[in-house]
This record gives sequence, structure tokens and C-alpha cells, in this order.
Amino acid sequence: MNKIFETPLYPYARHPDADATTPVRHQAIVVGAGPVGLAAAIDLAQQGIEVVVLDDNDKVSFGSRAICFAKRPLEILDRLGCGQPMVDKGVIWNMGKVFFDDRKVYDFNLLPEEGHQRPAFINLQQYYFEEFLIRRVHELQAEGAPIEIRGRNKVSAVGTHPDHVTLEIDTPEGSYNIEADWVIACDGAGSPMRAMLGKDFVGRVFEDNFLIADVVMDADFPTERWFWFDPPFNRGQSALLHKQPDGVWRIDLQLGWDIDKEREKRPENVIPRLKAMLGEDVEFELEWVSIYTFQCRRMEQFRHDRVIFAGDAAHQVSPFGARGANSGLQDTDNLIWKLKLVMDGKAPESLLDSYNDERIHGAEENILNSTRSTDFITPKSEMSRMLRDAVLDLSEHYEFARPLVNSGRLSLPCTYDGSPLNSADALNGPERTRPGSPCPDAPLKDGFLLPKLGDKFTLLTIDAEAPDLIEEDGIEVTRLALSVKDDPTLALKERYLGDATSAVYLIRPDQHVAARRASFDETLFRAAIRRATGKE
Amino acid sequence: MSDLILTSNIEGADDFYAELLTTHEGLETADSNALNARLVLILANHIGDRSVLSQALRAAKLTTEED
Repeated sequence: MNKIFETPLYPYARHPDADATTPVRHQAIVVGAGPVGLAAAIDLAQQGIEVVVLDDNDKVSFGSRAICFAKRPLEILDRLGCGQPMVDKGVIWNMGKVFFDDRKVYDFNLLPEEGHQRPAFINLQQYYFEEFLIRRVHELQAEGAPIEIRGRNKVSAVGTHPDHVTLEIDTPEGSYNIEADWVIACDGAGSPMRAMLGKDFVGRVFEDNFLIADVVMDADFPTERWFWFDPPFNRGQSALLHKQPDGVWRIDLQLGWDIDKEREKRPENVIPRLKAMLGEDVEFELEWVSIYTFQCRRMEQFRHDRVIFAGDAAHQVSPFGARGANSGLQDTDNLIWKLKLVMDGKAPESLLDSYNDERIHGAEENILNSTRSTDFITPKSEMSRMLRDAVLDLSEHYEFARPLVNSGRLSLPCTYDGSPLNSADALNGPERTRPGSPCPDAPLKDGFLLPKLGDKFTLLTIDAEAPDLIEEDGIEVTRLALSVKDDPTLALKERYLGDATSAVYLIRPDQHVAARRASFDETLFRAAIRRATGKE
Repeated sequence: MSDLILTSNIEGADDFYAELLTTHEGLETADSNALNARLVLILANHIGDRSVLSQALRAAKLTTEED
């Protein structure tokens, strides 16, 4: 069986840069062609920035790895022109069951809020996710966009300078040097870039191992997330069963700390464990097996002069809650528009420090949530376990205990409260759209709200007057004029007006709210634009 | 007579649970048990309502409703 993850998608080819007498300078270099690096590169190319992606490999990721993609990243992918194939291929799920010991204690429905174009979550193997991103890269190349991926180009040395970065690259044919105005390091949790720059990566190590198995089976398990605490087939540990496309099921089995990893990975040891879980009669085939441990940690600073870290390279969380790839996409969503303005000389370089501030805020929130999930799944003390088991016992009988059961708090985008880019809230409006918030979607008569916001600064007016275009010191802001009548379901009103009767929102290119008030005031909105671009 | 609340009633439930665990952090099991006992009495006093307390005691036993 020749799977997509076994096929080179960007095979090595000698590049003229390798034969240049002086190192060739590029506008932007992205290190790492995983989900985060590819998203960064697509975003840069869509903004017209010339970008080279360097990857030490030439294929998509091996095995399913990240499988759960949340709504906000899907919305970001829409902006990057590849949300639809992900949603078409992915498995949409809302239902789940929680088991404790030998019994089901409750089931749940995520009951996603209506009036959003994208579902709360899809499950999709990381190799498909990367494949769709690479297809999008090829599409952009066909349109003439300045983007390329160089396979089997491994960065072996980094030099930082005030106005550029030098990289030494190893290839199958030897090494060469190139330069970049800016480098985005998306080379994963083990980031060689981070190590080469000698930067710290501190946090908590969890003494635990998890076996991941992707199995292909024709089983009639429903499209649900099943989570077991202390089941008979994996005593004292946890287990997870989750559906992916193509009849592939993700199984996670907690193994504990003191194990022989190589031994546990062998099929003769994995298969009996899976049979105990799935039942003796279930026919299945192992597609991929891996054992992982995890840590919750982050770099102290994500920006180091002209090298900017994103995704797992900058911060690592436990896998519970799907906050790895999902938060990495929010990193690049936050970064690229800022970098574009800085490169074009339309914003000061200090605007990039707000990437550091805002995404550290996001990383902290993700680390907090995923650490709590880990502590619930693996209690650290006898009392911790006693309380955990009490919650599970109560959850079988009483609804109040169910919100306390924590097998992962699923990824939601964070609000950049306190960001220096926000202007003071001047609307008596809903909490969820206060300055710093990611814009929630809303259904309109002719499509959804978020695609209309696009990737430029927007002045969203709801039953309010404003100019169609404002230009403030090189920043163009286009008006999107709406009325509550455009959404008969009243979601737009509920999400953006609340008790107010009109509103004007300044929305950033990453679709976060920068400022809002009841009506347009030219002086104040010009100030808000300057503030949102790091100019005051 | 008030009814015991058995639907979700704590805002920021995850924060509460984390604080509860932190309160126990570093304690020997015997000390943790003693802390829980004190906590039960403090919360019971706060509730005050005898009938609610009786309902809570029954609920904690996880037995069926007929008693």
C-alpha cells in the first residue's frame, strides 16, 4: 500500500542558489514544511512576499499525528484558500461518550452554535492536511506567486544580523548558503533552529507515555469521541477512540512512565492491547504506531531579531484539547500581516513585538488548559485521584459534575485582552466581540460574514454611516456596510450589537477586533488604526 | 423547602477544580483527608438549610432515589 505519506511531494532538486558565488538574498524563508510552516508560506505568498520553504524531508508527515482541527483554524484556512477541501475530506463530529471503569458514565453533544460556516471541529490526518496545503502552494505557483518548497534542504547553521539572517543548508549534494530579510522558524517541538540559536525552552515534563495506533477497520463504531478513564482493558490508565477519514481510527492508550518503548511498539504487543479494547472479533489492520511523551513549555520570547518562531517550535502543549497545530495556525495568522506591513515600511518593526505579546498570551492559555487536562487524566497524588474519581462517579448521576470531567478542553481562539494594539472598548456591546476578540462568524443573506472580512483592515459598520475607504499613513481600511436586517437569524445582532442599536468595528487582517464604538468618529478611528499598527 | 442544585452552578468550573487541587498540593493523604473534612463542614455551614444538607448527604451516597 503506497500511502500519501510515503510519496515524495517535493523531491530534492539542485537549486541555482547552490551555485551562486555570493549567497542569494530572499525576502522571507520559512524553516519547516509542516502545517504551520506551510500556512505561513501561503499567507506570505498571498501577500505578494517572495518566500522559500526549507524542509529536511520531502514528504508530508508520517502517520496521522495531529488529527483534530478546530473552527478558527478552518476559518484561517479559508482565508488561505484551502479550507474547503479540508472540510470536504474531514470527519465532522459533535457527539462523545465518557467511560469510567467498566461502564459508560455519560454521553455528550458539543451542540455547536448555529450560524457559522465552519463546524466546531473536523478530524483529518495531518498528512492530508499537509497535502492540501502543498496543493495550495502548487496552485499559487501556477498563478505565478513567488513561493517554492525545497525538499531535503536542512538548515545546519544560522547567523543573525540586524537587517538579515544567513543560513547554511545541507543537501544530498553538499551545502550552500543563502540569506533572508526575515526567517520564520516552524521546525517543530525539537526545533533545530531554536537549538542553533541557543534559546531556552522551559516548562513542565510529564512522566507518561502514550501509545498511538491508527487502525483501519470496517467497524460500526459511530462518529463519536470515546474516552475511557481506568478501563478494564488498560487498568489505571486512559484510552481514546476517535474516527478519521478513510475508515481509519485513532486509538490512544496511556502506558505510564516505566515502560520499554521499543517493546511496546511491536505489533505482537500492540495487537493484543487493541483486541482487548475493540473486542476479539473486530477485524483491523495497523496503519501506524507511535509512542509519545509530552511536555508543556514555551520559549521566553518568540521573536529573536529577524528570526521569528511559530507553532511547536515556540511552544509545546500536551495533545489533550488539540491545541498544537491549531494554535500554530493562529500564530502565523497573527504574524504574517504584521510582517507584511513592516516589510512594506508601513509599520514600525516594533509591531512585531505585539506578535510576541499576543501569541505568548495564547500559548499561556493553551498550556494552562492542556496542563489541567493532563492533571485530570493522570492524577499526581492519591487525593488528586480520589477527587478525579469522585467527579467521574458523580458525573454518572448528576449533570453538575460533567463540566468538571476534563479529557481535553477543545481548542478555542484566545482574546488578546490587554494587547497594545487594542483601543479602549467604546461600545456597550457583547463581551465576545470586545477589542482583542476573534470575530465570530454570522450568516448573511449572501454567504457568511468572515469571508467578507478577508485579510485586510476592515471597517465593519452595522446600521452606521462611515466613509467607504480610509487611508491612514499608508494603511487602507475598506468599509463593509451591513445592517441587522442582513441576517434574519439575528446572530449578527446578538454577536456584534447586543443592546446597542449600531456599531462600527475596526477589524484587523487576522479578523480580530481592534476597536469598536457605536458610531464613526474620524479622529478616533484614525487613532485606532495607528494603534493597531504599532504607531502609538 | 429548597431543592439541592445538581445542575452546573459554578462559573469557571475548571478554575475552581484547579484551585481545589492546588489547595491539596504537597499534603500527605491523612492531611488531605482532614482538609476535605474541614471543607465539608465549612460548606455545610455556609449552606445552612437542613433539608438541602440532608439531600446532599443522600446524593453523595449515589444510591437510587427511593430512600
